[in-house]
Amino acid sequence: MSVLEIRNLRATVAGKEILTGMNLTVRSGEVHAIMGPNGAGKSTFSAVLMGKRGYEVTSGSVELDGVDLLAMPTWQRAVAGLHLVMQYPTEVPGVHVDELIEQAWRARGRSTTELAGAVVAEAERINFDPRLVQRAVNVDLSGGEKKRNETMQLALLKPKFAILDELDSGLDVDALRDCARRVEDATNEDSLGAIVVTHYARLLEDLKPDFVHILVKGRIVESGGPELADRLEADGYAAFSG
Amino acid sequence: MTTLALPTTEEEIWRYSRIDDLDLGAFSPQRCTTQVVGDPAILVQSSEASVLKHEDVFTQTNLENSEAIVIRVPKSHAGGVVEIIHRFDASGALYCPRVVIEAGENSEVSVVERFVSADGVKALVIPVLDVRAAQAARVSYLAVNELSATTWMIAHQEAEGERDSNLNLSVVALGGDYARVRTECRLVGQGASAQQVALYFADGTQMHDFRTTQEHVAPRTHSDLLFKGAVAGKSKSVYTGLIKIHPHARGSEAYQTNRNLTLSEGAWAESVPNLDIETNEVKCSHASTVGPIDDDQRFYLESRGIEPATAERLVVLGFFNEVLERLPNKVLAAELYDRVVAKLAASETVGSE
Repeated sequence: MSVLEIRNLRATVAGKEILTGMNLTVRSGEVHAIMGPNGAGKSTFSAVLMGKRGYEVTSGSVELDGVDLLAMPTWQRAVAGLHLVMQYPTEVPGVHVDELIEQAWRARGRSTTELAGAVVAEAERINFDPRLVQRAVNVDLSGGEKKRNETMQLALLKPKFAILDELDSGLDVDALRDCARRVEDATNEDSLGAIVVTHYARLLEDLKPDFVHILVKGRIVESGGPELADRLEADGYAAFSG
Repeated sequence: MTTLALPTTEEEIWRYSRIDDLDLGAFSPQRCTTQVVGDPAILVQSSEASVLKHEDVFTQTNLENSEAIVIRVPKSHAGGVVEIIHRFDASGALYCPRVVIEAGENSEVSVVERFVSADGVKALVIPVLDVRAAQAARVSYLAVNELSATTWMIAHQEAEGERDSNLNLSVVALGGDYARVRTECRLVGQGASAQQVALYFADGTQMHDFRTTQEHVAPRTHSDLLFKGAVAGKSKSVYTGLIKIHPHARGSEAYQTNRNLTLSEGAWAESVPNLDIETNEVKCSHASTVGPIDDDQRFYLESRGIEPATAERLVVLGFFNEVLERLPNKVLAAELYDRVVAKLAASETVGSE
């Protein structure tokens, strides 16, 4: 059992405070949905957790099993067990998906002898054409293929915790269901703890949250069970002003 | 020696170059040590001079001192392969290799020309390449600059494609002190096409200098150029490219892409694309970029747990892969990939000191 603990997290982008005191505790196997309107700080929260340049943490802490993640560079946070599924997965010309996964496994000290088989198995499980694995990362992929690729990497890297930043954006129904179910399976099979950042409740039909948090103006203004998402669908974000 | 004067950086085609540093008189002509391997049916030793479209002091100097290797491919002769390796080993020497490729109607030939010098050799190499592809001929040519970082090169290449011919002209430049390649590619018969790619990677105080012209003379001709380079240390690179579409070349397509990575603060790259279009009904595009490694690409790899140094290496090698994947010779492409890996490792070591 692992715990990811975020306490009173404040962060600025270009001198402007976007996160104004985030508190969140996630345990292995749990699914937490963070829902918020545009501009609430959802993507900033994802970027700050992963340590993207240009985001400055001004106070607060993020600990994984008591280890301070904020003191680590991005790659060490990933090796420690944190993973980010990006809203707009970056194209990396000339770097092939299997090469990326091989390097990622090496960084974790994992033997790569089983890699080729594991990649094909995971690709097929998420309906990602295995031939695309030998092509450049996200280059010339459709929106659905990019998210399947992201989800496949999540399955292959087996992090302790994952932040899914707007997994549903730009996805057709089939791709959304495949990706959501694969993450749901990972929470059961590998005890993945998932933070699902989303604007819409649609994603939560296939990836069922244990907890729902409403993010407004950079902090969580209300937390509850799955019923909170239903209330949000009915009443809209205006009912939850920060 | 030639009576033509040396150019200066005042001339547009020599702008940014290091031509002002050159003392041509300090080098004395020597014969090249050249090894030629390939299809004997198409190799001819010849002293016949071919006439170039753009003569200057360097092509004249080459003509006066060269012994041409002529590759004459008979009509419909396919599968011809030639590899030429020049070794330049004397400091103070002027070397003038000249390669002429005359591809007959509907013939096919693949030529690799390698330029090699030993460490510390301060020589001047002035190569000339003259390619003529007759109707429906298919010519693939790759120049590999494996010179030491003390050898100068000023290369001049001309290629002309007749009706429905295809030219594939590539350059891989890793070596040289100041190394320049000027390539004039003319499509003179309708339906002719050309692909040009280059990979260049300089470190230390090297300078790579490329000038290209994609000249469309006839209708429905097609050209596609992709030049990608990186500069590390205090090195420099220049790319200047012109797409020229003549009035009769309607229905033509011309594309030109030049991308440059600056891998250190002290490195410098310049990219100057130009279009000169004299007819409507053509499709043309050019794109050029100069900049450091993309932050988002680096972050993406790091977010998968890959260390920054490895992430950078992957991004740079990926950048070059796009060119290597287009080289016609897969075995040589793999060898060149390994050289790029080694050079990148060496330049990182120097950079971190």
